[in-house]
Amino acid sequence: MAMNRRDFLKSTAASVALFSIPLVSKAAPVHGRVVVIGGGYAGATAAKYLRMWSQGGIQVTVVEPRSQFVSCPLSNLVLGGSKRIDDLTFGYDMLKSHHGIEWVDDEVVAIDAEAKRVQLIEGELSYDRLIVAPGIDFMYEQLPMLASPEAQLVVPHAWKAGAQTLNLRRRLEAMPNGGVFVMSIPKGPYRCPPGPYERACQVAFYLKNNKPRSKVIVLDANPEITSKKGLFTKVFAENYAGIIDYRPNSTVVDVDVSTKTVKTEFETLKADVLNIIPPQRAGKLAQSAGMANVDKRWCEVDFLTYESKVLPNVHVIGDSVSAALPKSAHMATSQARVCANAIVALLGSQAPDPAPVFANTCYSFVSDKMAMHVANVYRYDSAKKVMVPAEGGGVSDKPSELEGSYAQAWAKNIWSDVLT
Amino acid sequence: MSFNSLNQKTRKCLLVFAGFFMIFSHLPALAEGGVSPHIKVLSASCAACHGTEGNSVGGTSVLAGLDRAHFVAQMVAFRTGERSSTVMHRHANGLTIQEINDLADYFATQARQVNTLPPPAQKLVKSHGDE
Repeated sequence: MAMNRRDFLKSTAASVALFSIPLVSKAAPVHGRVVVIGGGYAGATAAKYLRMWSQGGIQVTVVEPRSQFVSCPLSNLVLGGSKRIDDLTFGYDMLKSHHGIEWVDDEVVAIDAEAKRVQLIEGELSYDRLIVAPGIDFMYEQLPMLASPEAQLVVPHAWKAGAQTLNLRRRLEAMPNGGVFVMSIPKGPYRCPPGPYERACQVAFYLKNNKPRSKVIVLDANPEITSKKGLFTKVFAENYAGIIDYRPNSTVVDVDVSTKTVKTEFETLKADVLNIIPPQRAGKLAQSAGMANVDKRWCEVDFLTYESKVLPNVHVIGDSVSAALPKSAHMATSQARVCANAIVALLGSQAPDPAPVFANTCYSFVSDKMAMHVANVYRYDSAKKVMVPAEGGGVSDKPSELEGSYAQAWAKNIWSDVLT
Repeated sequence: MSFNSLNQKTRKCLLVFAGFFMIFSHLPALAEGGVSPHIKVLSASCAACHGTEGNSVGGTSVLAGLDRAHFVAQMVAFRTGERSSTVMHRHANGLTIQEINDLADYFATQARQVNTLPPPAQKLVKSHGDE
């Protein structure tokens, strides 16, 4: 008796019903040991999701010398005065205890990729897979006068949130009405593309309400605003006319720290408060391990696994990754999850997802309450082997209080996702 | 009873079963609840605004346990502009219909948690490593 189409369909349905249930729920537990270097947005997320998605089968150790997590997102609001730095500061206890993550308060000084071992200041750790999430490092060889901690106290960068943010806020508070706040933006790529323009708005918001005769001069090394250009241009002109003075193509070439005087190729300016955001590259460990192979600045990775193109079994996530993706906190968490997902697959001898898709939403505050977004879905392009923005992405029509409340909700939810 | 002693129809059915077993066993292992690793990563990128596994800690919709048809209807309405939005139309338009359906399945099966909170804020302490 020949089996007709209907019989085939019936038996197919039956076989799916019978076999899909046991096969799906009985995935073999994955085991292995992963060391994560860095407890920022990227590293902390990778650690949590590795534990969750391996049902606790993968042993995860995070190496992070800082005892607290201070959020860069929303830290510009400390300058504007609507947030305190303590609102953005968190511990790691919930993350560690909820997910059984081992934590080492130390620093990695060297990676031995052949032996699959990392050298700490005290002791060493071995791994099956290593994740490196060191954030950014400043290229002080371009501005050597700012390399010392003493110089950074007088001319803060405030581009890593914490003591530097507070320092800059105190200087702004001490500035006289009629004073000049000068800030500089490095050539891209740098951490958080719209961040410097948000900062200009936050400083201007504070000055408008407290010291209205003062000015913010923005020296941008880029030829134009690098993110949300139309929106920021309008906000500068409409909300902060006479306060924000935006100057493109203005690369800082020299700084006199003691007099807070800054020189570009065209002009010399004396500031009451000077905020230089230095040029950036991948975090120190990524460089010393030789993984920063793109322009000697950023790390080239396989976007299916985030494995370094230089060192085998070593994955790089977050701001250190090459400029193919914007350096945002949400992006860092998305990269972390693709990487964690791939490591769970690889340690279980499975192929990683061949076509990852994720979303990125980034808000900028232009006052204490109003915010605007840039948002995109990113999709792996198998021909180009990079993540590319999908159709439909873009920016807000205008800043709004509604988006301001969504931006606050974004922060609460991403902190909860990363740290609990 | 040997395979050959079974009647022809039963043998054919078993062969089809075996074929499916082979196909399934060569797919990437599905995680708990039948969610593919691909959808796990995509759904988790919603966490920045909607919380881990769709359990928002406030200010946005809880997606965990949301009725699947409701989820799909909202996403389609964001796509067409029938439902106005600030940012959701960007995400809804960037996804495929298949992904929207898969996300609906995923969130519908997540347990709603009422006790999720953001981490408590702390006083900043200066420690080594501060820059």
